[in-house]
Amino acid sequence: MIRFILLFSRQGKLRLQKWYITLPDRERKKITREIVQIVLARSQKMSSFVNWKDLKLVYKRYASLYFCCAIEDQDNELLTLEVVHRYVELLDRYFGNVCELDIIFNFEKAYFILDEFIMGGEIQETSKKSAVKAIEDSDMLQETMEEYMNKPAF
Amino acid sequence: MPAPIRLRELIRTIRTARTQAEEREMIQKECAAIRSSFREEDNTYRCRNVAKLLYMHMLGYPAHFGQLECLKLIASQKFTDKRIGYLGAMLLLDERQDVHLLMTNCIKNDLNHSTQYVQGLALCTLGCMGSSEMCRDLAGEVEKLLKTSNSYLRKKAALCAVHVIRKVPELMEMFLPATKNLLNEKNHGVLHTSVVLLTEMCERSPDMLSHFRKLVPQLVRILKNLIMSGYSPEHDVSGISDPFLQVRILRLLRILGRNDDDSSEAMNDILAQVATNTETSKNVGNAILYETVLTIMDIKSESGLRVLAINILGRFLLNNDKNIRYVALTSLLKTVQTDHNAVQRHRSTIVDCLKDLDVSIKRRAMELSFALVNGNNIRGMMKELLYFLDSCEPEFKADCASGIFLAAEKYAPSKRWHIDTIMRVLTTAGSYVRDDAVPNLIQLITNSMEMHAYTVQRLYKAILGDYSQQPLVQVASWCMGEYGDLLISGQCEEEEPVQVTEEEVLDILESVLISNMSASVTRGYALTAIMKLSTRFTCTVNRIKKVVSIYGSSIDVELQQRAVEYNALFKKYDHMRSALLERMPVMEKVTTNGPTEIVQTNGETEPAVLETKPPPSGLQPTSQANDLLDLLGGNDITPVIPTAPTSKPASAGGELLDLLGDLNLTASPASVPAPQISQPPFLLDGLSSQPLFNDIAAGIPSITAYSKNGLKIEFTFERSNTNPSVTVITIQASNSTELDMTDFVFQAAVPKTFQLQLLSPSSSTIPAFNTGTITQVIKVLNPQKQQLRMRIKLTYNHKGSAMQDLAEVNNFPPQSWQ
Repeated sequence: MIRFILLFSRQGKLRLQKWYITLPDRERKKITREIVQIVLARSQKMSSFVNWKDLKLVYKRYASLYFCCAIEDQDNELLTLEVVHRYVELLDRYFGNVCELDIIFNFEKAYFILDEFIMGGEIQETSKKSAVKAIEDSDMLQETMEEYMNKPAF
Repeated sequence: MPAPIRLRELIRTIRTARTQAEEREMIQKECAAIRSSFREEDNTYRCRNVAKLLYMHMLGYPAHFGQLECLKLIASQKFTDKRIGYLGAMLLLDERQDVHLLMTNCIKNDLNHSTQYVQGLALCTLGCMGSSEMCRDLAGEVEKLLKTSNSYLRKKAALCAVHVIRKVPELMEMFLPATKNLLNEKNHGVLHTSVVLLTEMCERSPDMLSHFRKLVPQLVRILKNLIMSGYSPEHDVSGISDPFLQVRILRLLRILGRNDDDSSEAMNDILAQVATNTETSKNVGNAILYETVLTIMDIKSESGLRVLAINILGRFLLNNDKNIRYVALTSLLKTVQTDHNAVQRHRSTIVDCLKDLDVSIKRRAMELSFALVNGNNIRGMMKELLYFLDSCEPEFKADCASGIFLAAEKYAPSKRWHIDTIMRVLTTAGSYVRDDAVPNLIQLITNSMEMHAYTVQRLYKAILGDYSQQPLVQVASWCMGEYGDLLISGQCEEEEPVQVTEEEVLDILESVLISNMSASVTRGYALTAIMKLSTRFTCTVNRIKKVVSIYGSSIDVELQQRAVEYNALFKKYDHMRSALLERMPVMEKVTTNGPTEIVQTNGETEPAVLETKPPPSGLQPTSQANDLLDLLGGNDITPVIPTAPTSKPASAGGELLDLLGDLNLTASPASVPAPQISQPPFLLDGLSSQPLFNDIAAGIPSITAYSKNGLKIEFTFERSNTNPSVTVITIQASNSTELDMTDFVFQAAVPKTFQLQLLSPSSSTIPAFNTGTITQVIKVLNPQKQQLRMRIKLTYNHKGSAMQDLAEVNNFPPQSWQ
C-alpha cells in the first residue's frame, strides 16, 4: 500500500499531505521535513527512487511541485510513477491546465480528487472518466445545496 | 459580527506575508476569530471556518480546537458541510484522538444515506483512518455494501474491507461470502479493488490462499482480455489497457502460484504472453514487465520462462531510463542466488553500471558484482572493482574494501595476486578499511611464507611517502618488524629489490611513532616493530634501545607499558630477548564468515613481551598469563592460558568444545605446527560441552575471594558426582565504586598438581554502583584431591589510571576439593 503522499514546492512548502497510516502530529512533521530535505537534495541525474527506512520513496517533479509517495517493499515502483502521473492528469482534467496555484487555492478540491482515486493507500478507480465524473457530480450536489441555502459555502 | 472572511481570501492574505513573523501574526488573528465563532455555535459559517483551519494546519499551525467542529459538520445535513467535515476528520481526527470514536455513529448513518456520494464520503473516511473499534462496529455495514449492485459503492466498500482486515484481522472471515462474485464484475474499479481485497486475504491467511487458488483460471482470463482487447479509451495508458489492473492481477497470481505447481502451470502461458507482447517504449509497459518478472521468479515456473525473465532484466539494464536500470539491478540482486548462471550472462552490463551517476544504482551494481564473482572471472572482476574502489564515493569504500577482501580470500588465483590485491586496497582506500581487517591481513601474510620479502618490500614503499592511512600503516609496521631482515638484505625475488638500510627502516617507524596522524594502536604496532628489529638488525641496536627508553615515559599508558617492558628486556632479560622476539609462528584461523570476523587466535595477534622466565614448553604465542610464573615464584607452577575476551559477547558458561575448536583442530595450509596448548586431552573427556553439570553436587558455599578498592570477586562452586576431580568455579566480579572499571582481565594460577582452564569472560567492563557483574568460568582438575589454593592477578582501568593487584585465595571450602 501507499503509506503517505506528500506534495511540496521547490522551496519545501507543503501543498498537500495524505497519510494512510496513523502517526502523531509531531512524527508526521519530522518525517515530512526529513523527506522534503532528501528529495530536494537529489539531482536530475538520479533515479526517482529513494530507499528510506523500510519504505521506498517514489517522487516526480511536475513544474514547480514535487509529488512524493512512500510505498512498501512489495509495491511496484514503476507503477507508482504511473499512479502519480494519473493523479496529475486527474487534476489537469478537473482544473484545466492545472498549475501550483490551483492546488494552493483549491487544496480541498485536490484532496477530494485524491480521495476519488486512492483510498486506504490503494487505487480505487482506474478510469479517468469515472473519477472525474464522481467529483463533478459531488460538486453539483454542493452547488445545488448552496443555491438552496442561498449562501456561499466558503 | 461580520461574516468571517472566505477561505480564498484568507489564503491570498497569508501569501502576501513577507516574513514568517508576519504570517504567524495573521494566522493568530484569524485563529482567534475562528475560535470565537466556534464558541458562538455558528452553523452557517462553521464549514468556512473549518476549511480555513485546515489550510492553516497544512502550513504547520495547531488546529486541534477544530476537532469537535469537524464532528458537528459531519453530523450536519448539508453535503458541503459533510464534505469539509470528513476531510477535517481525516486530517485532524486520527485514532489517537479521544474524540475519534464519536464519529462512529455519524459514519454509520451516512453509510446508509440515500445519496451515494455521502455514502462514499463515509466509506472513504472509514477506509482511510478508522480505528480498530470503529472497524469492529461498522464491519457489518461495509459487508452489506460489498454486496450492492452499485459499482461506485462496491469498489469503495472493497477497499474499506481491506482496511478493516488490516486493522482487525479476525474479521476477515466475515467478508468471504461477499467475495464470491467479485471477479464477475465488468467495472474496472470494482475489479481492481476486488483483486486488492483478495490479495490482502490471501496474504494473511493460508486457508484463504488455498480457497482462492481456484480463481486462477478466471484471473488468467481477465488478464488475457485486457491484453487482447482493442483500444479502450477509458482505461488506456499509452496504448496499454488498464496497466493498474494488469499489475494487480499479476501480483495476485504471484501469491497464488507460489509453492503450487498446478497454479504455476496454469499461468505459465499468460506470463509468457505478457512478457513478450508488452510494449516497452514507455514506463508503463516496463512497469507491467517488471511485475511479470517478479511473478515469474517467485512461482514454480519452468526454466525457459525464468531465462526469459532474466533476459528482460538484462534488457532493462541497457535502458536509457535510470529508473528502469535501478529496478533491474534490485531484482537481479534478489535472483542472483537462485539463478546464478542466468545472471552471470549479464555480468558485463552490471559491471558497467558501476560507473553510473546515480548513487543507489552504483551501490546495487557493487553488491551484485560481489555476488557474481567466482573462480573464473576473479581477475577481470577484481580489476573493475579496484577501479571502482578508487573512484567511488567515500560511503562505499568500507563496504567495497571488505567485499574485495572476502572475494580475494575465496578465489585468489595465486598468493602473489592476493597480496597485490590487498596492497592495492590498502593504498587506495587504506583509511576506509575496517579495523578488524588488519589482523586478518596479517594472518594472511604470515601464511604466505615465500612472499614475505616481496610483501614487506611493497609495504615499505607504500608508506614511504605517506603514513596517514592507519590500517595500511599498521600492517606495514607489523611486517617491517617481522621481516625487516628480509627487507634490508634485498632478497626479493618477485620484483626488483630495493636498497634499504637499517637506518631508513627505523626512520620510517620512528616517524610513525611521532606523527600526530598515528592512532594509539598504530603507535603500539610501530613500537613493537622497532623492538623486534633489535634482534633482526645488527648495527642499530643502540638506536632502538634509545627509542624504547624514551617511550618509557610516554603519556599513552599502553605505549608506556610496552616501552617499560621492552626496556626490561634489554636490561634484565637480554639473554631471553632473541628467543622472545623470534619469528611469529603461523597463526591458526577460524573460517571467516565475512571480512569483519576477527581472527580467533590463542592469545593476541601481536606478541606481548614477557617480563618473566620462559614458559617450559618452547614456542607459544605469548600471553600475559605467563607473568604469573614470576609471581607464583618458582617452577612448580603450570602456566595458564586464559582466553582473551573475544569480540563477540561470550556466554559466561563454558563452551569447552568450541574453545578447543578455535585453537587448533583444523589443518592449516602451511606446514608449521599449530601453537601448543597446555591443556592435556583428558580434560575433554571428563566434561560435557554444557556449561553446568546435570548432576550437580549439593550446595557448596561460595566465598569472597577478593575484596579491595571497591572491587569484589566472589567464587561459586559446582562439582559433578560422576567426575569428582573436576570443580567448576564461576567468578563474579562487581564494582561498588562510582565509576566503571574497564578492560578488566582476570588471571589465575594454581599449584602444579592441579590443571586449570579459564574460559572467556562475559565482558571486560564492570559497571559502577554494583549495577552489573562480569562472570567467568574456571575449570579446575584436581585428581590428587589436594587442598585447592590459587593466586590471582587482576588488571583493570579505573578513574583514568591502570590498576593491578595480586592476591592469594586460600579460603576455599573443603567441599570444593575433597
